Amino acid sequence: MTPERTAAENFDFLFFTETIGMPVYDLKHRRIGRVKDVAIVPLIHAARVDRFLVSAGGPWLSIRYDQIASISLSGGIQLSNEKLYPYHSDEYMLRIQRDLLDQQIIDVNGRKVVRVNDVTFEIRHDDRDSLSILEVDVGLRSIFRRLTQGVVPPQWVRRAQQSIQPNSIRWDYCNIVEADPLRRLRLNISHDKLELLHPADLADIVEELGPAEREAIMGTIDSEVAAEALSEIDPKMQASILEALEPDVAADIVEEMSPDQAADALAELGDETTAEILEEMETEPLEDVKELLEYDENTAGGMMNTEAIVLPEETTLAEAMVRLREHEDLLENTHVLFLADAGNRITGAVPLARLFLADGHTRMKDLSLGRLISTGPEEKQNRVTELFDKYNLLAMPVLEKDGTLAGVITADDVITVLRHK
Amino acid sequence: MRNLFARMKRHIVVLFAVLGPGFITAMVDNDSGGIYTYSQAGARWLYLPLWTLLPITIALIVTQEMCSRMGAVTGKGLSDLIREEFGLRMTFGIMLLLVLANLTNIVAEFAGVATALDIFGVSKFISVPLAAILVWFLAVKGNYQNIEKIFLFACLIYVSYIAAGILVKPDWKEAALYSVRPKLMMDSGYIAMLIAMVGTTIAPWMQFYLQAAVVEKGITTKEYRESRIEVIIGCVMTSVIAFFIIVACAGAYRDHPTDISSAKEAALALKPFGQYAVLLFSAGLLNASVFAACILPLSTAYSVCEGMGFEHGVNKRWNEAPIFYWLYTLLIVVGAGIVVLPNFPLVKMILLSQVLNGMLLPFILIFMIILINKKNLMHEWVNPPVYNAVAWVTVVVVIGMTLALTGITLRNPQ
Repeated sequence: MTPERTAAENFDFLFFTETIGMPVYDLKHRRIGRVKDVAIVPLIHAARVDRFLVSAGGPWLSIRYDQIASISLSGGIQLSNEKLYPYHSDEYMLRIQRDLLDQQIIDVNGRKVVRVNDVTFEIRHDDRDSLSILEVDVGLRSIFRRLTQGVVPPQWVRRAQQSIQPNSIRWDYCNIVEADPLRRLRLNISHDKLELLHPADLADIVEELGPAEREAIMGTIDSEVAAEALSEIDPKMQASILEALEPDVAADIVEEMSPDQAADALAELGDETTAEILEEMETEPLEDVKELLEYDENTAGGMMNTEAIVLPEETTLAEAMVRLREHEDLLENTHVLFLADAGNRITGAVPLARLFLADGHTRMKDLSLGRLISTGPEEKQNRVTELFDKYNLLAMPVLEKDGTLAGVITADDVITVLRHK
Repeated sequence: MRNLFARMKRHIVVLFAVLGPGFITAMVDNDSGGIYTYSQAGARWLYLPLWTLLPITIALIVTQEMCSRMGAVTGKGLSDLIREEFGLRMTFGIMLLLVLANLTNIVAEFAGVATALDIFGVSKFISVPLAAILVWFLAVKGNYQNIEKIFLFACLIYVSYIAAGILVKPDWKEAALYSVRPKLMMDSGYIAMLIAMVGTTIAPWMQFYLQAAVVEKGITTKEYRESRIEVIIGCVMTSVIAFFIIVACAGAYRDHPTDISSAKEAALALKPFGQYAVLLFSAGLLNASVFAACILPLSTAYSVCEGMGFEHGVNKRWNEAPIFYWLYTLLIVVGAGIVVLPNFPLVKMILLSQVLNGMLLPFILIFMIILINKKNLMHEWVNPPVYNAVAWVTVVVVIGMTLALTGITLRNPQ
């Protein structure tokens, strides 16, 4: 038998449902009261139970973790120090019963919003016993515990629940959502963990929350992550989130969005709010967004993006590669390069994949596709999707009347349009 | 002037964008049970009960408005809020009662389908299973946006009652008069009928459905003004339909007021006024029953999973939200199954449904008022004092009427 295995068998745990109502004994082993709630103080320790709130009939008493000698399911809580103070509401405490139980939290690992049914503590036996939050329990097993709590002896509950599938989330993976910024600070709550999620998952989670929590998350996480997530959210909800945020915070997020998505999001807002956000934006993305806002949403102009890589048609492949390295930030979403003549008129398109097969001396012009398929900014959405379907395009240039590039429509813009039909 | 038109246009655009939750909930209030109650009232007491429609409309508006406001402000469903504020045990109890009450309601709706198609000579052994399969597919294969469009279309079919009412050529003068003149009589049958009319108006499931639908539609405080207008129009339309049902039956039974024992009897009494009148009345009943049979299982499964914290929603796939879909399926199968049982005791079922609704409603309405007065939930959207007084009076009257109805059905189970 491995040592870990032994440790696991001796592993001592306690559910919050069992902690509630647990008797507390003084040094002479007289019962002085029962546990009503327990609290962690996140600024001191993220998981250790710092306070036990105990009722002895009158006002609640507050017991610190270092006043306790032992904790066990059968023996209750034995004190090592009897100097107890009355409990005053403390803004730095996260109380399990009041603040966590029955509330929604985000499971960062499972990528969803869950409701807390119970909490599992580990009993740590150092020089004194202490409780530390191990997992947050969701699912049927913890519902069973809540319903039987206080009605059936806890030992029976433990035995009876064996047949029900457990469902718990490690405390490290739990992200509490708090809308009040002051409370967020006091309870040391951050939304950093959410930044690790895929933007599409984060978008799903944000859509499931109430408006206040939604805005709290979008306003506090990194604006680049917020921008990516916001792009995945339903346009109507995008608008209500942006509207609720401070204009400068909203502007930071909009700046990070691609200009076409930024323009779509702003188009849903009221004129006044749009103006406020535009005012706060930096000049470079601002021009593109303003330009795109001019176009009707249901035209090629409304679908297109202004970010594209355009190269002179006479460039050789080797020179082109040097230019591409300068545009590293754009490459991730680029599938086609565009070529222009001396008058900046677009003359051809080169799929990125073709670059791998040619040698460095080839002129870009010779790599370009046979016939350039393009459209004008006023073209109807339907016509654009037809062109994509007919010619199996990945990207299509949108040209002004003089033949210069107005923008580029990519396949994912077309998918978005089709999905919203 | 142009400015005014522009503002009007914006309001109307937003109104169409929020259209759905309030309208659908209010319309489904006229389900098979509601249609039976109104038919019975018109057939036995002719135009006399019409005046109750005004207070009924007010009661509907007051309760529905609170739910849609809570949904718009908190972005959470009613079971979510009950769970967060009153804990798991209370939620579990409420949900258990809700499932039982709604199951009996679902049975009544499928019985309504059987009755309506029986008029056209279709056996219930064919109509009920077919309706059940139709209802089941709707949620399993659809997404919420499309389902809501179908529901809104179903709302339109209620117009058939207005047509049926007009075909019967009732006495409009008398109908108008009794709509505003309260008529009280110390007749136990009459009083029981009044109680039944108010008592069936507000059902527990409606509050859950409406709030969830408002949240699902993403209505926020910004569109709340339009959303409130939508709720009010929906409630008024519901009473207009009820008015025409009563009037149609009053017209049909004008010479010989009768105690009728089913909606089928009412439909057949319209025969002297032409086949169309019968057809319209029965089509209305069929639509109302199928419509409610669609919404009840969906709303029940949704509320329960929301309150207990299971994955839910028709936009989720079966393996993502298994409990939601199994509960939904079970409610339909059991609900429709009971109706096709031989010797199915419909009367006892309606009685049970009434008792369960009566037990549940006081909790729901009182919880609603407590929740909507919580500053930390509703912020500046808490009930203003005058509104609170109106809400309490409404709630007390509705609870009183519902309990009285429960008492009457229990003492006098026909």
